[in-house]
Amino acid sequence: MTVTTDRQERLRERLGSSAKRPDGIPKVQGSFAFSSDLQADGMVWGHILRSPHPHARIRSIDIGPALAVPGVHAVLTSDDVPGDKTYGLEHADQPVFAHDVVMHIGEAVAAVAADHPDTARRAARAIVVDYEELEPLVDAEAAITAEPIHPDGNVFAELVIRHGDPSAVGEVVVEGTYEVGMQDQAFMGPESGLAVPDGEGGVDLHMSTQWLHVDRDQVANCLGLSHDKVRMTLAGVGGAFGAREDVSMQVHLCLLALHTGRPVKMVFTREESFLGHVHRHPARMHYRHHASRDGKLVKIEARIVLDGGAYASTSRPVLVNAACFAAGPYDVPNALIEGWAVRTNNPSCGAMRGFGAVQVCFAHEAQMDKLATALGIDPVELRLRNAMKTGDRLITGQLIAGTAPVKELIETCSAAPLPAEDPDPDPMALPGGAGRTADRSRVRRGVGFALGFKNLMYSAGFDDYSTARVRLENGVATVTCAAAEVGQGFVTLVQQIVREVLEVDEVVLAPAETASIGSAGSTSASRQTWMSGGAVERAALAVRARLDSGEHEPLEETYEHHHPPTSPLDADGQGDAHVSYIFAAHRAVVDVDLDLGLVRVVEIATSQDVGRVLNPVQVVGQIEGGIAQGVGLAVMEEIVLDRGVVRNASFTDYLIPTALDMPEIAIAALIEQPEPGAPFGAKGVGETPTISSSAAVAAAVRAATGLELPRIPIRPQDISLAASPV
Amino acid sequence: MSGPVLLPRSLDEAVAALQETPAATILAGGTDLMVAVNAGTHRPEAVVSLARVPELRSWRRDGDEVVLGACLTYTEMEHGELASLVPALCQAARTVGSPQIRNAATIGGNLGTASPAGDTLPVLAALDAVVEIRGPAGTRSVPVLEFVTGVKETVLAPGELVTAVRLPVLRGPQEFLKVGTRNAMVISVVMAALVVDLDGHTVRLGLGSVAPVPVRAREAEAYAEAHVDWEGAGNGRARIVDAAVVERFGELAATATAPIDDHRSTAAYRRHAVAVCARRAIERASS
Amino acid sequence: MSETAAFRLRVNGTERVVEGAWIGESLLYVLRERLGLPGAKNACEQGECGSCSVLLDGTLVCACLVLGASAAEREVVTVEGLPNGSGELTDVQQAFLDEGAVQCGFCTPGLIVTVHDLLERNAAPSDLELREAISGNLCRCTGYGRILAAAQAVVAERSGSGRSQRETPS
Repeated sequence: MTVTTDRQERLRERLGSSAKRPDGIPKVQGSFAFSSDLQADGMVWGHILRSPHPHARIRSIDIGPALAVPGVHAVLTSDDVPGDKTYGLEHADQPVFAHDVVMHIGEAVAAVAADHPDTARRAARAIVVDYEELEPLVDAEAAITAEPIHPDGNVFAELVIRHGDPSAVGEVVVEGTYEVGMQDQAFMGPESGLAVPDGEGGVDLHMSTQWLHVDRDQVANCLGLSHDKVRMTLAGVGGAFGAREDVSMQVHLCLLALHTGRPVKMVFTREESFLGHVHRHPARMHYRHHASRDGKLVKIEARIVLDGGAYASTSRPVLVNAACFAAGPYDVPNALIEGWAVRTNNPSCGAMRGFGAVQVCFAHEAQMDKLATALGIDPVELRLRNAMKTGDRLITGQLIAGTAPVKELIETCSAAPLPAEDPDPDPMALPGGAGRTADRSRVRRGVGFALGFKNLMYSAGFDDYSTARVRLENGVATVTCAAAEVGQGFVTLVQQIVREVLEVDEVVLAPAETASIGSAGSTSASRQTWMSGGAVERAALAVRARLDSGEHEPLEETYEHHHPPTSPLDADGQGDAHVSYIFAAHRAVVDVDLDLGLVRVVEIATSQDVGRVLNPVQVVGQIEGGIAQGVGLAVMEEIVLDRGVVRNASFTDYLIPTALDMPEIAIAALIEQPEPGAPFGAKGVGETPTISSSAAVAAAVRAATGLELPRIPIRPQDISLAASPV
Repeated sequence: MSGPVLLPRSLDEAVAALQETPAATILAGGTDLMVAVNAGTHRPEAVVSLARVPELRSWRRDGDEVVLGACLTYTEMEHGELASLVPALCQAARTVGSPQIRNAATIGGNLGTASPAGDTLPVLAALDAVVEIRGPAGTRSVPVLEFVTGVKETVLAPGELVTAVRLPVLRGPQEFLKVGTRNAMVISVVMAALVVDLDGHTVRLGLGSVAPVPVRAREAEAYAEAHVDWEGAGNGRARIVDAAVVERFGELAATATAPIDDHRSTAAYRRHAVAVCARRAIERASS
Repeated sequence: MSETAAFRLRVNGTERVVEGAWIGESLLYVLRERLGLPGAKNACEQGECGSCSVLLDGTLVCACLVLGASAAEREVVTVEGLPNGSGELTDVQQAFLDEGAVQCGFCTPGLIVTVHDLLERNAAPSDLELREAISGNLCRCTGYGRILAAAQAVVAERSGSGRSQRETPS
């Protein structure tokens, strides 16, 4: 009886249901194996020595004192890297170990393996590195023309988008300069992994990452091994948000394992995690919006400078995204966008949820509000008058062929009822919370509105694909796909898809690994539902077709799913660079302590373009979690830099929202307009909840204070010490 | 009791352990010490844990005072009778870290660490608390403002430990305000603790995170004392009705500070926030 | 390693012996690396995230801030040892699954221990009390919405009928 009930329950867990996570039970029991939980017989511990300077020349490295520490098994430097000395996602400029010059604080200089993590740490500290400190270049604007700090130059990417008539002028013009600080992904599970030598010159690496195959390729190149000698298996991932797209400790772990002949485990401390992965690009953006008196956008001009930090990472595609989406989800006939992503001696920047769209959203939405004020038009009405729709063109000239329910998003989100003001609030619910600082007579409420959008999947000519295999045997479907489950729930979706297509109840997921299947691409760019979900669907459909034609189990099909090809942008920034777009609207309600400048985000209402809801609970989870990161960027999250030195590499001082900082989330609408060409019509919802939530909070704080507030995160002093009276 | 981690069961044993192992690190709640040990910045040779010393784990009323054992936790300060006897201490305790931290961290540890951002220190300063110390040479008592000598520096000599903190029980309003850029679990940017003694006709304002050590805003205090309607304070509040006096009290409070720019805030904001918090504290005490 | 320690402690009702530990090892390290109990997580080792929350003699603490050897002879309960009666899961664990409170899952064990501890002390917390109680447990995936929903579901079920019988404290 129980079996039948379970079977029926699982069969109901098809697309559209809130199916349960297959990894849920071990995760709530504490038995799910995250990468930091792994152990192996004879294992030793790795530790990386990092540069204390943001820019320095290495005169010499003496590893002798470290080798003399009892319990040490290996001490490695750049001289011990047998293959390529550098790696990188787009451009291999990141050294495995700094050799000649260190380019940013926390750069790896040497690595140790020892019998205990404390021994490894002590030994690393015993290494004597003689540094000649160099002047750090930390100003992104200055870096464009400054003396190169690296042989590859200071400009990672530079582009211009010319759209329509560059000489067009509006009757009303508003301009402003905006800044976004350096945000960190701050996932909870620190970088960690276990490398096990195979005794035949190869290595098995168990690692938390976003993209197994591209990690594998970079690792093998640095080890000087053929790619099949490095086998990667996904270990449990404690969140990612872009920060695991670049290689962190992978090469070091494998080098130590191959040198010691033992399994090697490494777990970054939280400080190392902050220093050891890329961040969201800080941005400085100057904007000029032209409009007609009746509130139609005429032209948008923008100059965008992104600080890419020391190494290239994904600076180029982040800049492409920032530029493509610089005008916001509006019908803009004319545009001139200039952008730079530059090298400095600040920490490297790369992928983070929203990928370039977050920074420009803050600016273009501030501009829309400024324009509304100048025109005397309600800011929501102004957005409605200019809302992008299917058939419009992006500023890159590309036709918006898919769904673009911007008008519906604006209408539903702005119509959500506003939260009531509590006449007798608990002090804990006011700005300042537990600190009991608020004086209710000096607390003002503000409401702000923002729209955002971005592309789904990889763009600009990248051959984006995913591979999946479905095997049906004895009524059990086994799915093999190397897509990284980082918490988003792809593993749940796989089961839902296969149950839908094959009408089987038992769907098993094989481990995600490189040895048994081709690449699934990265878990990023809101792409896995479309790319890997599509690959799983088509492999399952192929099995289904054979079943329907009378073939018998076992049946197995593998499918490599490519999205329609895209083109790079041309010299004028024009071209069909993207496949599909996703949109969102956020309305924030905040309470601000005018004198202390403390902000309490009371509520965020949102409407989201989702194509089709495949799992309601998981969609809500993405929305609430994405908004949390947007709230954090708006009012508290920033890597604080002092001439290239990170001052807050800890959860003590890099503050992310607690449960007392998160507002109520009101989902005003999930707009289900199936996207043509998308598997199941669904759009990946991972990023849009973050993109415009920061902008909406900033707008609400402006509404409460009357201040311009051109920078996020908004700091208490930006409000309370503002020159203009509040 | 042997080995490098010592677990004394009485105060005498603890003192003896410290004498026998002068290099030992004193462990109270562990919430500061273990951060350093985990980071490898402190490598203890030996440890004397005070967790099982019963004399340190409780508090008692002693006439017009309360005596808090050094290992009293913030959770214990936050709740129960103590919260009504010393309300500002209870309010400060509730702002410390997270519930997990408050369950472990102790008032003696807050003193021993002597961080400029130590959350109870402005309250102890405002109350003129006295720190009781025991060591090889016996016991001594040191006023809290003399106990903390600099950033993370105290008068404690090797072999000495804090055994208790002695606080007056006062009739009159008490307020504690802490500014941080998150609604919970945050290191303070500015703290202000206001204590009004309706019987002694004093107003005391302790400030934290605005100087290397906790400070008292003496000028502001004297100014306020001169403007409180002590005779009309029958309702248990310290009545100050004049908005200009409140304003001036805040300004004077800010002059008592020597704040710095750091990764958490700026000196200018801290001075400003002290004035705001001082004003709000005295307004609350008046209403 | 230099100074080492040997000690015994009770973990999830079982006497465990630790030998040859470096004296600076936290209870978290001892649980995870020496006693095979990885449920308490290592996210910050500064007491700033709550991922390593355990009960020490019945009190909720961050295991990373407890010196392992100082927990000698004391009683530790981790997520692996929460009382689940005869069922596979506790009601809090089940609610986390049902309400979608689990994404990456790294903060999950610490939050489950914290919610158990809260509901033992306060069977009917208000929304603010609930938020304050979990304010020391950082989550980066969920924005806390589904976690709060899960805790509220347990409160509702325990105060009603049926579900509470599943939870049989040992």
